[in-house]
Amino acid sequence: MRHLLSAGDLTRDEAVLVLDTAAELARISGRSVKKFPTLRGRTVVNLFYEDSTRTRTSFELAAKRMSADVINFSAKGSSVSKGESLKDTALTLQAMGADGVVIRHGSAGSAHRLAGWVDGAVLNAGDGTHEHPTQALLDVYTMRERMGRVDGLRVAIVGDILHSRVARSNVLLLHTLGAEVTLVAPPTLMPVSVPTWPCAVSYDLDEVLPKSDVVMMLRVQAERMKDAFFPTAREYSRRYGLDRDRFARLQDGAIVMHPGPMVRGMEISAEVADSARSTVNEQVTNGVSVRMAVLYLLLGGSGSAIGNQGD
Amino acid sequence: MCAKKVSDSDEGVGAPPGRGDLRPTRAVLEGSEIDRALTRIAHEVLERTKGGEDVTLLGIPTRGVPLARRLAERIERVEDRHIPWGSLDITMYRDDLRMAPARALGRTEIPAEGIDGRVVILVDDVLFSGRSVRAALDALNDLGRPRAVQLAILVDRGHRRLPIRADYVGKNLPTSLRENVAVLLDELDGRDAVLIGPARPRPGEEDHR
Repeated sequence: MRHLLSAGDLTRDEAVLVLDTAAELARISGRSVKKFPTLRGRTVVNLFYEDSTRTRTSFELAAKRMSADVINFSAKGSSVSKGESLKDTALTLQAMGADGVVIRHGSAGSAHRLAGWVDGAVLNAGDGTHEHPTQALLDVYTMRERMGRVDGLRVAIVGDILHSRVARSNVLLLHTLGAEVTLVAPPTLMPVSVPTWPCAVSYDLDEVLPKSDVVMMLRVQAERMKDAFFPTAREYSRRYGLDRDRFARLQDGAIVMHPGPMVRGMEISAEVADSARSTVNEQVTNGVSVRMAVLYLLLGGSGSAIGNQGD
Repeated sequence: MCAKKVSDSDEGVGAPPGRGDLRPTRAVLEGSEIDRALTRIAHEVLERTKGGEDVTLLGIPTRGVPLARRLAERIERVEDRHIPWGSLDITMYRDDLRMAPARALGRTEIPAEGIDGRVVILVDDVLFSGRSVRAALDALNDLGRPRAVQLAILVDRGHRRLPIRADYVGKNLPTSLRENVAVLLDELDGRDAVLIGPARPRPGEEDHR
């Protein structure tokens, strides 16, 4: 069985297959019966060690629309709070015959470890500050829907890159699909390894904005910050926030994205978040179609049509 | 045969397999005969549905779709009435999904008139085991409630595995299970023809359709 652990594991063809499948699923999701019998009899476990509304409900809805049985497992109120390790939890799920495990965990690499312990397909729904491949897929899907292409798009990803799994997954996937990515952040919020990433780096938002087709704003992940990365929230907001003035300097037709949850007034002003060029709500809608596509391609056939080979 | 037919609804996993790569094949229907068969089916549809009232044609991808379009055009030409047509992808309803890696989806395009209360005519190129038609009936069930469902087929090659029959048949073609029937259509293959040839051996896979 194969897994979706990193956005970088997808080849160009596989990524396009996911996007095309999602597009087809989105087209027929307007019909009266929104369910497909395709994953009937398959069990998908949502294993969430971190809080999540969007991703968990999105995966749950996606799995249910494909007729899979869904079990939600959150660390709170489970035997994890009694001290059970990830491995033992995984083996329990294995013993129950889970066909797919969707895992969100605070540690980088947890999805990868899990893939070695269970027979089912493992879908990484966010491992620490490492990766969040389905978010990247739905972001790219949204770009393709709005802009009509991904190849050659100039994408600026702005904000807390250091703590962002969304940024890394997006950089990898956008690079695979031929977009040009520029990361914009204060030097303190840029990962040390960033020179090895397939993207450009800038510390000046005002310089990058007019040259971007897509601006993706990231939340400052205060809960992951143990040090002071910038003097004050106001200063951060003034230099790296997308406010009305900066918004006015965007190219015609450029779109503003945000993976959510947004902190209005911090990285994005309310006015910008609610504008017609903001795709925040579309991203949520598209997330369901993209996750249906991923579940279908991983679990629908005898073997997976996408993703990397596990042990 | 089955291998060939499976590839029909299988388009998108790489390029659709070319139909020119068949070993010793012979054409059993040429373009003009296909033309005449479709014209006859168009007239039969008009007779059986009282002038095409409430008729919607849905082609099963891949080659059912151009056939549905051609039929709709022919019916319109005869009766001067608009005949909605579209496509109905059955990939997610197939009974052999679990036997191969997940397939790319085809396109489902339901005309604006919808299918509720209409006479839906499913259109496909080859009728073989009947499994595709069963999947199509299931898919249709999730889309709405037609008043009636009928089946139009270009070639009926026999060997049914399910209690399914066609209402309109272009050509009955007795075949052996060791043969492969391939329909070529101008829109996709550059010419119209129905070819018959030896099936490619597929160990362990007797019949997918």
